[in-house]
Amino acid sequence: MTASARSVSSVPTVSSNRSTVWTLDALVQVVLIANTLVMLVPIVIMVFSAFKTNVQIFQSPFSIPDFTNLTNLTKIWTQTNFLRYLGNSFFVTGVSMLLILTLGTMAAYAIARYRFTGSGFILMFFVAGLTLPLKLAIIPLFILMRDLGILNSHAALIVVYVATGLPTTVFIMTGFIRTLPSELEDAARMDGASEALIMWKIMLPLVRPAMVIAGIQNVVPIWNDFFFPLVFIQSDGLKTLPQGLASFMGEYNTDWGVLFSGLTLSVLPIIIIYILLSKQFINGMTSGAVK
Amino acid sequence: MVDLSLRGIKKRFRTVDVLHGIDLEIKDKELVVFVGPSGCGKSTLLRLVAGLDPITDGEFWMAGTKMNDVAPSRRGIAMVFQSYALYPHMDVYENMTFGARLMGLDNAEVERRIAEAARMLRLDALLKRRPKELSGGQRQRVAIGRALVRKPELLLLDEPLSNLDAALRSEVRLEIAKLHRDIGGTTIYVTHDQVEAMTLADRIVVMNQGRVEQFGSPRELYETPANTFVATFIGSPQMSLLEMERDGDRIGIAGTGSVVPGRLPAADERQVIVGVRPDAVVITPGEDGEGLSARVVYTEYLGDNAFTYVRLANGQLISVRCTPDTEFAIDAPVRVGLLPNKAHFFSSATKQRLPA
Ligand SMILES: Nc1ncnc2c1ncn2[C@@H]1O[C@H](COP(=O)(O)OP(=O)(O)OP(=O)(O)O)[C@@H](O)[C@H]1O
Ligand SMILES: [Mg+2]
Repeated sequence: MTASARSVSSVPTVSSNRSTVWTLDALVQVVLIANTLVMLVPIVIMVFSAFKTNVQIFQSPFSIPDFTNLTNLTKIWTQTNFLRYLGNSFFVTGVSMLLILTLGTMAAYAIARYRFTGSGFILMFFVAGLTLPLKLAIIPLFILMRDLGILNSHAALIVVYVATGLPTTVFIMTGFIRTLPSELEDAARMDGASEALIMWKIMLPLVRPAMVIAGIQNVVPIWNDFFFPLVFIQSDGLKTLPQGLASFMGEYNTDWGVLFSGLTLSVLPIIIIYILLSKQFINGMTSGAVK
Repeated sequence: MVDLSLRGIKKRFRTVDVLHGIDLEIKDKELVVFVGPSGCGKSTLLRLVAGLDPITDGEFWMAGTKMNDVAPSRRGIAMVFQSYALYPHMDVYENMTFGARLMGLDNAEVERRIAEAARMLRLDALLKRRPKELSGGQRQRVAIGRALVRKPELLLLDEPLSNLDAALRSEVRLEIAKLHRDIGGTTIYVTHDQVEAMTLADRIVVMNQGRVEQFGSPRELYETPANTFVATFIGSPQMSLLEMERDGDRIGIAGTGSVVPGRLPAADERQVIVGVRPDAVVITPGEDGEGLSARVVYTEYLGDNAFTYVRLANGQLISVRCTPDTEFAIDAPVRVGLLPNKAHFFSSATKQRLPA
């Protein structure tokens, strides 16, 4: 949204005629509002449907529901494994993100700062990961996981997510760290800080905006991933949210109301994270950390 | 007590040789200035002393201990960086405590040192500010303060004044000179500004292309430059260098005239380079007479002084210091004479000074 707003409004308004400028502005607004609607409608319908019964959903899909009717939510809470799925998703996403950000930042720091032969190659090696169509490798991956004995466990998911998340993270972080003045680290070194302390006390606060970007970049696809759990996870107790919610869709009948309230609940954490981090996120995109 | 000894220090970056064997003996409590044109290796040498980059070859000794492989923080050195390198996410107080705490000092001692540095550098009102909320001069003082709280035995400053405007520059320069006396440690100061070097230094290291051209007191460098590089680098306006020929007690340029310079070098080379500073030259108006024939190019009036630039008949430009009330018409013919015993002589071949 922000990006499109910026690119549209930066169209040069060459005409000195005020009314043309005004019309153009109005046009931009109309486009933006339309865009907002297009994006919000499905979400709103999802939330509405979360409070409706199957019959209501099909009879009047756009009507405003009775928000005090919490039967779908209670059903989710009491009759499904939703909480279990939610916990699994939190665990898998959390551990993956932690590993991606720690390993990614450390790798990026080394590539950006330490002079050693092959540092350029290692960066290219990481970035090459971006070009791999991972899903094509699903059969070898499956065999690999089986041989490692981690099929049907969260480890299988975490390993894959970390591997897919590292390229972007290393790429973003390396670029960002290179823009930071290396004299800061030299100053800390003179002050007697160890490399670990420099990383922790000097670099980490400075690279936080870039970490937020890398984090958001990765957290959404990992949280929403359906494919890898479908392939690697069989036990119901280990399923993540998208996979678990899919099992709400029965072969013959589906309780759409329950499914939609599950979906609503599952996007909530991401939206909250987005809102909490959006300030940092925008800061990080628009300005460097120093000066 | 820290005296430094640099013995044949070399530095190579991959395939580029940046320092070609630096030998220096720096005494305790000295303020030594490294000066030289941009890219000559001053910062590189300073970083080697600090321990931030490894020494390719040679030895570095401090107070009788070989320091080549000692970590920067264990050398008892503090450094003020050209860009200040203040930690942007910490306020002034935190910037200064960071290093002090890492030294393992107790809280009371840290507080005491910060109070002292803040008073000395007039930072008291700024302690809670972030670097980006400070002016250039204030950042400068914080950077120095951060170095001082560590009570270094050796203080390194890399072009600390280059980001300041002219007025602030001379003010901070005085402050640094005073600080050096107050702390009583050894200080190395890097600059490419020869005025800064002359005014601050006990001794100056003139560097050029990775070599030390001369190491001596400001007076030595000015009065007895070791070679033509030092001769032209120190002093403003520059010393003029003239290719001249000796003939008995006279030196001259074919087609331009000749002068009697007074004391001549002992060596009996005929072809010499004669260096004359603006204050070693006198000009008298007129077409004929004693001296070298020249024409006035222009006069720079500076209030207490004036510099007249004249072009010799062979095309060379010389600057001459005059009294401010002298006025020459442009292109007026003049004769250039030398004050006795003021000329410097250098070998044409080696560009080294020829002793008298
Ligand atoms: N990391 C490096 N890798 C390769 N060459 C380098 C490196 N650092 C410096 N140099 C080269 O070493 C030479 C000396 O650099 P240095 O920074 O010491 O110059 P300086 O005397 O401090 O100049 P200035 O007055 O501009 O700061 C330069 O030619 C520079 O290109
Ligand atoms: Mg430098």
